[in-house]
Amino acid sequence: MTGKHEGIKGIRGIRLLRKDWMAAVLFLAPSLIGFSVFYLIPFATGLLYSFQDSTVDGTFVGLDNYQAVLSSGSFRKAAANTLLFTGVSVPLIIALSLCFAQLLNRRLFIRNLLQTAFVLPLVVPVASIVMMWQILFDWNGTLNVWLQHLHMGRIDWMKSEWSMVVLVVVYIWKNIGYNIILFLAGLQSIPKDYYETADIEGASGLHKWLHITWVYLTPTMFFVVLMSIINSFKVFRETYLIAGDYPNDRIYMLQHYMNNMFMSLDVQKLTAAATLMVAAILLFVSVMLMMERRFRSFME
Amino acid sequence: MVLFRKIALTVVMSIFALVMLFPILITFSNSLMTESEIDYNYHLIGKMVNVAAGEKNGFINLKLIPDWVSLSQYGEVLVHKPLFMHMFWNSVFMVLPIIIGQVVVASLAAYAFAKLRFWGREKLFVVYLMTMLMPFQVTLVPSYIIADKLGLMNSTAAIILPGIFSAFGVFMLRQFMLHIPYSYLEAAKMDGAGQLRIFYSIMLPLIKPGMAALTVLLFVDNWNMVEQPLIFLEDAFKQPLSLYLSRINEGARGVAFAASALYMAPMVLMFLYAESYFIEGIQLSGIKG
Repeated sequence: MTGKHEGIKGIRGIRLLRKDWMAAVLFLAPSLIGFSVFYLIPFATGLLYSFQDSTVDGTFVGLDNYQAVLSSGSFRKAAANTLLFTGVSVPLIIALSLCFAQLLNRRLFIRNLLQTAFVLPLVVPVASIVMMWQILFDWNGTLNVWLQHLHMGRIDWMKSEWSMVVLVVVYIWKNIGYNIILFLAGLQSIPKDYYETADIEGASGLHKWLHITWVYLTPTMFFVVLMSIINSFKVFRETYLIAGDYPNDRIYMLQHYMNNMFMSLDVQKLTAAATLMVAAILLFVSVMLMMERRFRSFME
Repeated sequence: MVLFRKIALTVVMSIFALVMLFPILITFSNSLMTESEIDYNYHLIGKMVNVAAGEKNGFINLKLIPDWVSLSQYGEVLVHKPLFMHMFWNSVFMVLPIIIGQVVVASLAAYAFAKLRFWGREKLFVVYLMTMLMPFQVTLVPSYIIADKLGLMNSTAAIILPGIFSAFGVFMLRQFMLHIPYSYLEAAKMDGAGQLRIFYSIMLPLIKPGMAALTVLLFVDNWNMVEQPLIFLEDAFKQPLSLYLSRINEGARGVAFAASALYMAPMVLMFLYAESYFIEGIQLSGIKG
């Protein structure tokens, strides 16, 4: 009896699976075709170019291009700056947005209005940001007026060590609202009675935060980190419009490097640099995914 | 005591909120000034002024309230700069196809990734995820070559087509669909509905907030596009407003504020209109990583 049952189940399972498979092909086809043509194939060709000496009838040169890129001073500078920028701004924006999300999650007046205000920078066009940037951070700009009033010297924001700070500030200003909404959603999905139980047991605020808030926010965290990294790459737009091809050394990013290699038609260096960047992203995402999987199995 | 804390917290958060809104407020208030007032306030931008030359004259003058409320800047942009409206429509006809195309294509693909079982699903999805994370510059050369091979150079299709097939929509809508219980779909299956019907009559109505959120994000992202048109569109008449605006900054600052305000207006309006959807959409797609 059981054998027959399992047999029927199995057949039905296979049939369902096959139906699913056919439907999946249909549903995926439009996206997959376009995705392949415009993203996958370009990426694969880029990878191929990075191992050749020329894009037309190139011969395989192994890791020569990589060697050239890695030994180039401007690439190293760009890579270090990008790493520094992402390494500083992403943790910072996550800490700040979590903090603001928790404040917005408390009882306060005009909450929806405040929430809107935090998200609205998302829609401010790059060109307006650039204009603000000029007004605030110019040598004769508003921030320097204030510094002067406080009897401190002017700072040449965009041409000094401060340029990286300015970049981080602009990035955080623009993207924090998005993260706040994500965190608010995460916070609101934590059942209230967890906190009530902890209160009865006399848990401290820190204890509650570490063992309830932090733990239940981890899945949201994964998403926020991913989005923050994507958005951190987009700061290039603003930097490019304000400072052009060759900005101050401190904010010369990988995207500048690649852009300039493109302009000078140095495809080999560009693709090798791109591949290195992708390898770094891949490594990071794999670690994140692994950690998430660990976390999920730990939760279950 | 509780009330006091509530008020204090509201005040503190309002101050932060104002800081966030500051650039938007400045743009709109300055767009109502006369050109001469703008010129007077900002003519020092980009100039090296000797500190010793005197404090007051050495700085730009940031003002929130215009001396005279004037629409002259708007007149200048709308009447004397025909290129502005032309590029406005360029932007519209670039962004609309991308939004419509991506919402359609991505919702189909997201359904397959979220609710259909097939071999290699997870691996393929990771590939999508990877390309989403890559900055545009990474695939610059091959994209250029492919656009060239397909005869898309200097055509808006070189921007619209990659826009439609970007992985972001698939990622976002998949997150959203993961939260929809299988039981809804099973019930429809029992009633003999095919996958296409399940997708159309059950899934689509349920993910409306997700599609609205995606629409807002795609609109904002593509309205602000800079790199792609810079590389694929040589012809200035085909370029979108974002590029026009980045150029106008350099020269006539008087017009730049009105142009920015006009440029920002569709996004702010759309955002305010769709905000509840947008926030609900982001929230629902973000809850479970």
